[in-house]
This record gives sequence, C-alpha cells and structure tokens, in this order.
Amino acid sequence: MPAYEIEIILNRQLADCLSIPAFITDTKGNLIFYNEPAETILGKRFEDTGEMPVEQWATDFKPFDENGKQLPPEELPLVNTLQDALPHHKTFWIESLQGKNQKISVTAYPIIGRTGKMSGAVAIFWKSTDV
Amino acid sequence: MKIKLWGVRGSITTTGPETAYYGGNTSCADVWEDGCLLVLDGGSGIQKLVVDNPLANKRIDVLLTHLHLDHIQGLGFFKPLFDASMEIHIWGPASSTRTLHSRLSRYLSPPLFPVLIRDLPCSLTLHEIGNSTFQIGPFSIQSNYIIHPGPTVGFRVTGNHSVFAYIPDHEPALGRNGMIKDQQWISGIDLARGADLLLHDAQYTAAEYLYKKGWGHSSIDDAALFASVAGVKHLLLAHHDPARTDEALNELYTAFQNNNNYTFKNELAREGMEITLP
Repeated sequence: MPAYEIEIILNRQLADCLSIPAFITDTKGNLIFYNEPAETILGKRFEDTGEMPVEQWATDFKPFDENGKQLPPEELPLVNTLQDALPHHKTFWIESLQGKNQKISVTAYPIIGRTGKMSGAVAIFWKSTDV
Repeated sequence: MKIKLWGVRGSITTTGPETAYYGGNTSCADVWEDGCLLVLDGGSGIQKLVVDNPLANKRIDVLLTHLHLDHIQGLGFFKPLFDASMEIHIWGPASSTRTLHSRLSRYLSPPLFPVLIRDLPCSLTLHEIGNSTFQIGPFSIQSNYIIHPGPTVGFRVTGNHSVFAYIPDHEPALGRNGMIKDQQWISGIDLARGADLLLHDAQYTAAEYLYKKGWGHSSIDDAALFASVAGVKHLLLAHHDPARTDEALNELYTAFQNNNNYTFKNELAREGMEITLP
C-alpha cells in the first residue's frame, strides 16, 4: 500500500496535537484518521477501528437542524468540501452518545498539496456557543 | 550502478583537519550506469565532481532535492554548465507559486552570482517535478515530496539491477510522538522501500532532535528506524551537522551502534566514498 501524500501525513500529525476533534478523510469520504478528542464524539477509538469506509462512519452521526429535521448529506460541510474542494462551515445539532442533543460547529477544508491535486479533507468540530 | 559521494555535510561547508575524514562539502553524489551520469544535488561537492568516465552522449542530468543553499551553492561552479557542447538537464521540485527558473535565478544572478542562467553556454533545460516518475537513459526515477521546509523531494533511482534511494534532507518523525509506525503514514517510505542503498539525513542525535523539531532533519536513530521500516539493505547516514568533527561523528556512531542491533548494513557517509551496486 503506497504511503499517503505528505500533506495528509502532516495533517494527521497536526490533528494528533490538537485538543479539538478532527477528522481526516480521503477524497471519497473514507475516514482515514480521527484524533483522541474526536473519539469522544464517535464513541470509538482509532486504534480499535483503524480506517472506516464512509458508509460505516457516516451513520454514527445524526445531524439535524434547529427544527429537529434531519440534515441530508449534501448539507454537511465535509460533504460539500469533498464535492467542490472548497472550505465550508455550518452550525447544527447532533445527538450525542448519551442521547443528548448538542449544538456544534463544523469547519471542513480540503487538503490540496503542491501538485494542486486534492488528496482529502479535514473536518474540525467544536461545541457551538452561538445559542 | 556506480555511486560516488562528493559532499555529505549538512547546512554549510566546513573545512579543516577536524572534518577532513568525513569531508566538509555539502550535498552532492553522482550515479553512473551505461555511460549515463546523474548528479544528485548541487552542493559545494559538485565543484570537485570529475566526469572521468566516457559519457554515452554529451548529456548530464542534475537532480535537485530542493533549493536550500547547501544543495545548490556549487551549481555555479559545475564546469559542464560552461561547456557549450554539453546538454544539461536540471530537475527540481515544483513550487505552487514560482517557477524553478525563477527560484534558481535568485541564487544564479547578481548580486549573489555574476552569471545569469540565460548566459550559461551549455544547452540547459529545466524540469519541474513533484510526485513524478521519469526515465533518464537506463534510470527509472521516482520523485516524491517529502517532509522538509519548502518544496523538497527525495529520489528513488532504479538502474538495470539495483535501487538507490537518495533522501538527504528529511524529517519523517515530525509530530507529537515521532514517526507513525505504519508504512502508509511515513513520508518518503515509497522511495526507500527495499532499496539496495539508502542515503538518508541523520544530522542530529536523538537528544539534539528534541530541540530542533521542525527544522527538517532527522536524528540518526530516526534515520535508522526509517531504513528498517523500509527494509533497505544498506544505509548511509548523511547530512552531517557542520559542528560535528570527525571525532564527534565517530563517537556518535559508536554510541548508536552500542544501543542498536539493526541487521542491515549501516555506516556514516563519507566524502569520496564509492559504492558499486550490482
């Protein structure tokens, strides 16, 4: 298996140093790394799961809007970023592992290295204070 | 494949009897096969490079890992550049903002150098590379961007029967816990995998590296770990710190050997060293 490009590797190394949840995907949306703070959102440990196909990890989130209506994938920042290779941001709700609703903000950005080719995307999550 | 090292010092040239054994010239190596000559990096060592084998044609290819001064400072003193009968190809990493010609011209122009690139009498062609594969005579060459400040590549040179990986400036351990022990997540590993010979950055001791993270270089321990994970057969530890005397290098290497039991051949790179691969 060839190594990831260095911009992916460096993003993982950066995410590993952050205290905010960070998810890294390949261009297809497969989850190739998530850091320790992200483990608390997913309820899974990266050491246990390793990489996860998009179909598997996407179902771990139940995003919905302020009216309680479930958000379709095309309204999620990471999906948008994977589609158009641009940064996206959105505040919405997710159901926490304890069944409690939590308002979060998500910023997703594309990973585009010196070759100009997009090699993946990063999504960072944090609890929204914009109530 | 025949390889000769013309410079193995890192960062800046050193001269004097205290560095005479390992040498004080900065990065440069040549690779010969079937009358074809590759020159890897244009550090100060390139000024001593002698084309002492017959060339199959009047062509020399210079492959630059990056444009830090210790890898290009000798270019202006590479005699074939001033020979109108020569065809010179310079290959260097692409930047997302400026051309290779523009970046090389920062050095090869006044006030730093009296001769402009366009005034060099040889027939000169510049090639921008990144994550690339290309063929030069009998050599199949792979370049990949690697972790080092600024656009930097390493090379995997595959000849008729052997592979030489050249990664003189590289910091694969950059991160909170050092190198990730998974080949998919190690910068440069594809270049070195299974190589007959790897020349790799080993500028620091492990203790020094703690204070120099992000400077773009490796400790001798990380270089050996990288080589081990890549499964190389022979490791040359290079890019010696300019402050390190021959005596200090010997002490460093002895301490490394005493604390490790890698089974692949490993040694300190030395200016003038010649290696023939099958």
